[in-house]
Amino acid sequence: MKLVTAIIQPEKLDDVRDTLSRLGVTGMTVTEVKGFGHQQGHTEKYRSAEFAVDFVPKVKLEIVVTDASAGRITDAIRDTAQTGRIGDGKVFVSSIDEAIRIRTGETGDGVL
Amino acid sequence: MRLFRNQRSLYGIVAFVLLGMPATAWAQEGVDSGDTAWLLTSSVLVLFMTIPGLSLFYAGLVRAKNVLSVMMQCFAITCVVTIVWTVYGYGLAFGDGGRLQAFIGMGHFLLLDVGVDAVSGTVPETVYQMFQLTFAIITPALIVGAFAERMKFSAMLSFMALWVTLVYFPVAHWVWGGGWLGAMGVLDFAGGSVVHINAGTAALVLCIVLGRRKGYPATPMPPNSLVLTLVGASMLWVGWFGFNAGSALTAGGVAGMAMAVTHISTAMAALSWMAVEWLNDGKPSVLGIATGAVAGLVAITPASGYVGPVGAIVIGAASGTVCYIAAGSVKKALGYDDSLDVFGVHGVGGFVGAMLTGVFASELFGGVGLDNGIGSQLSLQFLGAAVTIVYSGGLTFIIAKVLDRTIGLRVTDDDQGLDIALHDERGFSL
Repeated sequence: MKLVTAIIQPEKLDDVRDTLSRLGVTGMTVTEVKGFGHQQGHTEKYRSAEFAVDFVPKVKLEIVVTDASAGRITDAIRDTAQTGRIGDGKVFVSSIDEAIRIRTGETGDGVL
Repeated sequence: MRLFRNQRSLYGIVAFVLLGMPATAWAQEGVDSGDTAWLLTSSVLVLFMTIPGLSLFYAGLVRAKNVLSVMMQCFAITCVVTIVWTVYGYGLAFGDGGRLQAFIGMGHFLLLDVGVDAVSGTVPETVYQMFQLTFAIITPALIVGAFAERMKFSAMLSFMALWVTLVYFPVAHWVWGGGWLGAMGVLDFAGGSVVHINAGTAALVLCIVLGRRKGYPATPMPPNSLVLTLVGASMLWVGWFGFNAGSALTAGGVAGMAMAVTHISTAMAALSWMAVEWLNDGKPSVLGIATGAVAGLVAITPASGYVGPVGAIVIGAASGTVCYIAAGSVKKALGYDDSLDVFGVHGVGGFVGAMLTGVFASELFGGVGLDNGIGSQLSLQFLGAAVTIVYSGGLTFIIAKVLDRTIGLRVTDDDQGLDIALHDERGFSL
C-alpha cells in the first residue's frame, strides 16, 4: 500500500476529487494548510502599511492506495491540478505497512 | 414636586385642568412636533453610530483574538457614559453654571428636573438631553481605536468615566452649553472640535502613554475582517445624518442642507482617499475607500450647518487626502501605535474641517455667511481647535498617568489576545 500526499491549489480540489472518483478512489482526507515553496508569499497593504504574508493557503490531500494503482493516481493528480504556474504544489508517495478498518477489524488491501 | 404634598389634591387639579382644556392644548407650549420627531430619530441614528456602527468598524480592523474586546469596550462605554450623564453629566455640559457659566454648567442632578413637561428650544428636554447624550457616548468610544488590543478593561472603564467628566463635559459646555468658546463665535456645528479633535487628541496621547502593541511595527497585524469594517463604516455614514442634520435641532432647511453637505463631503473624501492611495500604493483598497468616507464625515461635521455643496466638495477632497497622509506616512515616521488611526482620521480630519469651516461658511462659497470675514473667523476656528488640543491633551495625559501608577493601564501580555485574557470568550469558533 502507498500513501499519496498531495499539496495542491485550493481551487483545484474539486477537479482532483472528480478525477480520482472516476479512477475508483473511494476515500480521501483533505486538510486546509498553509505553507510556502518556490511561490513564496504575497504582500498585503492596510492604510499604506505593507505586510509580507509568508504562508500561502493550500489544500493537502491524503489517499492510501494499492501499490498497483499508485502510479495512475499520482499521474491523475498531477495532470488535473496543474496550471503551469509557480505554486501548483507537490505530490509525495510513501509506503504504508498496514491498514485496518475500525468497523469490521479487517486488514490489508480490502480496507481501501 | 413638593407643591403637592397631598396626592388627592394633585389628582383633583389635574382632572380640573384636563376637563377644562380643549383637546389641542395637549401640545406642550413651544414644542414643535416636527422638530421633536426629527430629534427623536436623530438620537436613534447617533446611538446607532456607536452600537453597532463604530463597534463593527473597529471589530473588523483588529486581529481575531481581540475582536470581542473592542466591541465590549464600545458597548460598556455606552452604558457607563449613560449613567454618568444621567447623574451629573447633562448638568455639567448643558446646565446653567451661574457665575461659572463660561466654564462649566451645573444642576440637572439625576435629571430630576427634566420632566415630561420640560422644554428645550422647540423640543421636549427629555429628547434634547437624549440627543446630546448620544454624542457624549460616541466621543469616548472613538478613542477605543487608539488603545485597541492592549488596554486593561478595568483601566479602560475608569479612564472613560474620568475622561468624559473632566474633558468631554467641559469642552461640550464651552462650545455648545453657553460657555466661552461658543460665546466668542467659534463655529462647531456638530462637533469637529468637541467630538473629533477632542477624541483624536486624547487618542494620540493615550496610545503614547500606553506604549506600542507588543511586536509593533515588525509583526504584521492585519485586519481580521474588512467585511465587518465596511459594514460598520456604512452604518457610520447613515448614522451621521442624525449627528449632523440632527444638530440643527429643528426639522427644516438647516437640517436639510446639513444632510446634503454631509453626504457630498463623505463621497468626495472616499474618492479622494481611494485616488491618492491608487496613485501612491498601486491599488485602490476597500479599507482605503471606507476610511476616506469616515474622514469626510469627520471633516464636514463642524461645517455641516454653515457651508454649501461647494464647501462640502472641497472639505471632502482635502480631508481624504490629508488624513491619508496622516494615517500612513506621518504615523509611520513618528512611530506611535495608534492602532486604528483615531488621531490620523478624527484628530486630523476634525482639524481640517474646523479650519475650512472658517473659509467655506462664507457667502462667497455658498455658505450661510460670516459676521467678520474669513480672516477673523479662521483665527477663531484655530483658537477653538488649539484650546481643545491643549486641554484634551493635557488632561488625558494626567488621567492616563494617574491610572497607570495606580491600577495599571496595560494587560500583562498581549500575545494571548484580550478576548480570552480579559473576557474568557472567543469571537469566532470556526
